[in-house]
Amino acid sequence: MQALLLTAALIFFAIWHILAFDELKTDYKNPIDQCNTLNPLVLSEYLIHAFFCTMFLYAAKWLTLGLNMSLLAYHIWRYISRPVMSGPGLYDPTTIMNADILAYCQKEGWCKLAFYLLALFLTTYMA
Amino acid sequence: MPVAPGNPHGNPEAAQRQGALPSTPLRREVTLAPAGFPRGDTRHFRPAVGASDVAGPVHSAMMSSQVVVNQGYNSQLPGSYPPLTPAKTLNPGSGHYYSGGSQGPGQTLHRPPVAANPAVPSLHSGPVPRMPAPASQSPAATPRPSGGFLPGASPLPPVTWQHSYPSMGSQVNHYPPAPSQPPVPGSTNLSTNHQYVSSGDPLLQNSYGKSGSAPPIRNPPLPTTFQPGAPPGPPPTGGPPLVRALMPQKASLRAVPQPSFNSAVNQEGITSNTNSGSLMAHSNYDEIEGGGFLATPQLATKNPQISRSVGYTYPSLPPGYQNVPPPSSATGMPPSSLNYPSGPQAFPQAPLGANHLTASMGGLSLHPEGLRVVNLLQERKMLPSTPLQPPVPNLHEDIQKLNCNPELFRCTLTSIPQTQALLNKAKLPLGLLLHPFKDLVQLPVVTSSTIVRCRSCRTYINPFVSFLDQRRWKCNLCYRVNDVPEEFMYNPLTRVYGEPHRRPEVQNATIEFMAPSEYMLRPPQPPVYLFVFDVSHNAVETGYLNSVCQSLLDNLDLLPGNTRTKIGFVTFDSTIHFYSLQEGLSQPQMLVISDIDDVFIPMPENLLVNLNESKELVQGLLKTLPQMFTKSLETQSALGPALQAAFKLMAPTGGRISVFQTQLPTLGVGALKPREEPNQRSSAKEIHLTPSTDFYKKLALDCSGQQVAVDLFLLSGQYSDLASLGCISRYSAGSVYYYPSYHHQQNPVQVQKLQKELQRYLTRKIGFEAVMRIRCTKGLSIHTFHGNFFVRSTDLLSLPNVNPDAGYAVQMSVEESLTDTQLVSFQSALLYTSSKGERRIRVHTLCLPVVSTLNEVFLGADVQAISGLLANMAVDRSVTASLSDARDALVNAVIDSLSAYRSSVLSNQQPGLMVPFSLRLFPLFVLALLKQKSFQTGTNARLDERIFAMCQVKNQPLVYLMLTTHPSLYRVDNLSDEGALSISDRTVPQPPILQLSVENLSRDGAFLMDAGSILMLWVGKNCAQNFLSQVLGVQNYASIPPIMTDLPELDTPESARTLAFISWLREQRPFFPVLYILRDESPMKANFLQHMVEDRTESALSYYEFLLHIQQQVNK
Repeated sequence: MQALLLTAALIFFAIWHILAFDELKTDYKNPIDQCNTLNPLVLSEYLIHAFFCTMFLYAAKWLTLGLNMSLLAYHIWRYISRPVMSGPGLYDPTTIMNADILAYCQKEGWCKLAFYLLALFLTTYMA
Repeated sequence: MPVAPGNPHGNPEAAQRQGALPSTPLRREVTLAPAGFPRGDTRHFRPAVGASDVAGPVHSAMMSSQVVVNQGYNSQLPGSYPPLTPAKTLNPGSGHYYSGGSQGPGQTLHRPPVAANPAVPSLHSGPVPRMPAPASQSPAATPRPSGGFLPGASPLPPVTWQHSYPSMGSQVNHYPPAPSQPPVPGSTNLSTNHQYVSSGDPLLQNSYGKSGSAPPIRNPPLPTTFQPGAPPGPPPTGGPPLVRALMPQKASLRAVPQPSFNSAVNQEGITSNTNSGSLMAHSNYDEIEGGGFLATPQLATKNPQISRSVGYTYPSLPPGYQNVPPPSSATGMPPSSLNYPSGPQAFPQAPLGANHLTASMGGLSLHPEGLRVVNLLQERKMLPSTPLQPPVPNLHEDIQKLNCNPELFRCTLTSIPQTQALLNKAKLPLGLLLHPFKDLVQLPVVTSSTIVRCRSCRTYINPFVSFLDQRRWKCNLCYRVNDVPEEFMYNPLTRVYGEPHRRPEVQNATIEFMAPSEYMLRPPQPPVYLFVFDVSHNAVETGYLNSVCQSLLDNLDLLPGNTRTKIGFVTFDSTIHFYSLQEGLSQPQMLVISDIDDVFIPMPENLLVNLNESKELVQGLLKTLPQMFTKSLETQSALGPALQAAFKLMAPTGGRISVFQTQLPTLGVGALKPREEPNQRSSAKEIHLTPSTDFYKKLALDCSGQQVAVDLFLLSGQYSDLASLGCISRYSAGSVYYYPSYHHQQNPVQVQKLQKELQRYLTRKIGFEAVMRIRCTKGLSIHTFHGNFFVRSTDLLSLPNVNPDAGYAVQMSVEESLTDTQLVSFQSALLYTSSKGERRIRVHTLCLPVVSTLNEVFLGADVQAISGLLANMAVDRSVTASLSDARDALVNAVIDSLSAYRSSVLSNQQPGLMVPFSLRLFPLFVLALLKQKSFQTGTNARLDERIFAMCQVKNQPLVYLMLTTHPSLYRVDNLSDEGALSISDRTVPQPPILQLSVENLSRDGAFLMDAGSILMLWVGKNCAQNFLSQVLGVQNYASIPPIMTDLPELDTPESARTLAFISWLREQRPFFPVLYILRDESPMKANFLQHMVEDRTESALSYYEFLLHIQQQVNK
């Protein structure tokens, strides 16, 4: 049950990201503001995800854990290779407007959304 | 008559604005009048002219017109619109145009006229004055409009274009002398007519022509020569390069600028060339801003009658580029002349047209030479002996004439591929290189109540839009159909109603608008300059404060600004010192803040003071500052806190911070650690190109948000981590200057360099609180920006300061297929506040054809632009990946594109390295890039120097980037007058450019290398005695001093030629390159040889080896 709520929260994060990048792309927001709002979310999303990875571990749900470990590994890699910055977060307002990076972030958002939805179904039906 | 009234503008604001218009424009004009221009002049009134024409008193006319307009808009009823006639009168009132050579030249311009048309001097001169005049005068609306309109038409030839002048001159000749003019029926005074006629056309033509036909320029006769010829008429002399664009129409119309104007311009241009650099600078900056005066009322001359008739015929302008309607066809003078009674006007064009044709042909792929396929392994002498000209887009001549000058705006591919697939196949980068704020000798400036823009994409109306009929225009970027606002229907140039296509906005690819208040978020800021000096022990040791303070003292009056200019000073070592310059103090008061962890501003006022009111205190401070810290033993540097303090001081207003730093910051926030390891200098791995902290970046973003730019002067002998420090300038749109090993005694060369660059820095034009937006035709999109700025949205750059020495690059991608369009356009709009407190918008528009085959894409490639863009991309790659990655990417760029060419375009596979003629220098330029300081390996280039070189790649305009990458080499010991240019009364020899290889050097010669910011004259050991004594003024080779940076002025022809050549080179750029004279044993000789890019070095291939390598890869 808790896992359901958490997954729902993660889905919310993913949607939030997608919307945020869309806003950037269409010029509605200043990248500095946008990065300031997104950056704190990144770490909390990662922590929530890590948290329920450990929950799966304790519950010995090996299949779900296996699936989620891949995302966890991605998160760790992503955070290690983040640009030089003093605060938490991933996004640098000076590079975020680069078309490649923006497209990558958007794609990442969609993939995560799909992944979390899948996880939601899995937890609902398998729990 | 249709439509209109409703909301012609498309945007509500515009409509609202209308009401206010009348008063504002008038006022503006007045203010604009540049200083140079006497406002009080009689010119205002060209009443004579006007009077004859018009009936109504000006006042009344204006008023009524305005009123009418308002009503029209408000009511929005189409029907309600006043009849055309009334409209005409109205229009004038609402929109005034000034075209002005915004720059200094403008002033001069006006003067000359007198001679030309003594009779009516006042008339011409005055565009500016007119504005006011109209109001007061009774002359009917008609006269006024013309006046208002100033010279707008004139394009701005950049300084560099000088060569072009000559050509212009030739053109001028074509004109029939003034006498012919009389034909002009214009009711207006005769005198005016001639002036206009003769001068006007040429001018216009010139400007554009040159851009298009750059190559031809060289040959053409000297300007001087023709001037004399021209005299008959008015001063048609050679109008300097005005915009060509106007030509077609204008020519036909005979809209001529005032003669006086022209002549003036010519002179100006010439003089500027001849004059020393400083002079040039002046005119460029100061005057530009004053811009208002501008210029020439050119076109006003036309008779109303004539123009009207023309108006009716109304051709669709540019759009018809394929089949040009009679009026628009430039060459087709005959037809146009027929149309117009004022036949004489036609004359100039015919010749011009022809020239252009050939010129453009040359540029085009049509020319057999352009179509040739070159085997680089066999033809090794591909470097032209004259400066490489940018390719001319394969456009119909009429469009090309209107196109933006390639020095301001150019594209890597002058033929845009139809689809991304085709672009990928060509393996060439697609992008733009801009120099948007370049100093221009002449720039049309428009003051109009309504700035006409597309309703959906907000594009500014430009020469490449199409007019569907008189009332509607189709945007060339988004294809939306827009209404033509009522006031745009009136053409102040021709004084004709119903000719929106002849307005200056539609005649000039580069134009500047005076922005109304909708373009301001706050009242325009005053110019604010803050200087932050490092005064630690290390800094005092270098002795830089003396030079800098002296330069500041010398240039205090030349700082761009007005009565609102503010200035302030901060110094720091381990503490931060502020200086109170309160009025009434007998001497500056120093306030020391030692709490660097929590910086605060000790007093809210008097740290930034009005320069005019406190000038004496400021001067006093500058005189004492160098001595104040001579005994300092403090070695720490708290740069971070000092920058924070500076930011806090500047945040309320915005402005420019100039920071002088001499060491690695060691205290407080932003402290850095040395990261350079000398042993690793030569390896391409593990070098620190990325910042070690984001403190400077974040501070820069804060600055950017408050419209503050930070310029960094780094004078350090030690490693100072420019990679981290540079961020402060990079993201706040500042610039970085680096003087390695600066010392006032041990390194006099750097001292001289600092002084010269500082002088330029302090006096150059500056724009505050600027933003630049780049728009492009639907289907294209912007991928990445390069340069110093903060990217605020997909197409918007935030530039707290913009300076005329900054260049930008943009990578583009083709998002949607362009199959149903034949032309694409790019438009950059730079909105800024001038140092005079005016909000202005500078718009450049570039139009290019779309092609569908790979071959055409290759034929239209612009190798310099491609190399420039690749260099920018390579800098990014070095930072995000590694230097070796970037080097590989550069080489691969050549290999990929040449393989694509070989496999897709060449039908029969021949041996050798076959390249299209357009890319014949591509391998050479890429090799030069690999050997450039940014990307070279195997040398002991210091990390900071490498990073500085990378900053320069990103921030320099293309011309200078190419010069630093691939310098020009000339042999100067045997200069002759053969093929020399003559500019005014000087003869400038034009020695051929040599390939950069030691095999071209010889011990019995002297060679000059022009590397952009530096000139090196290498004197061979066995150099002819003649050269030594006649030019260098020394007895023999051994007596050349080890450090020599000046050539003596000797009274010998050899000396005169050499000096003329060197000063000509210097005049072509806004900064002052220092000349070094090198002997064999000079320490700088290594530097000289390093630029010999075709030769082999211990770690890099020679050109031939590089070609072989590429061939091998391509033929795989």
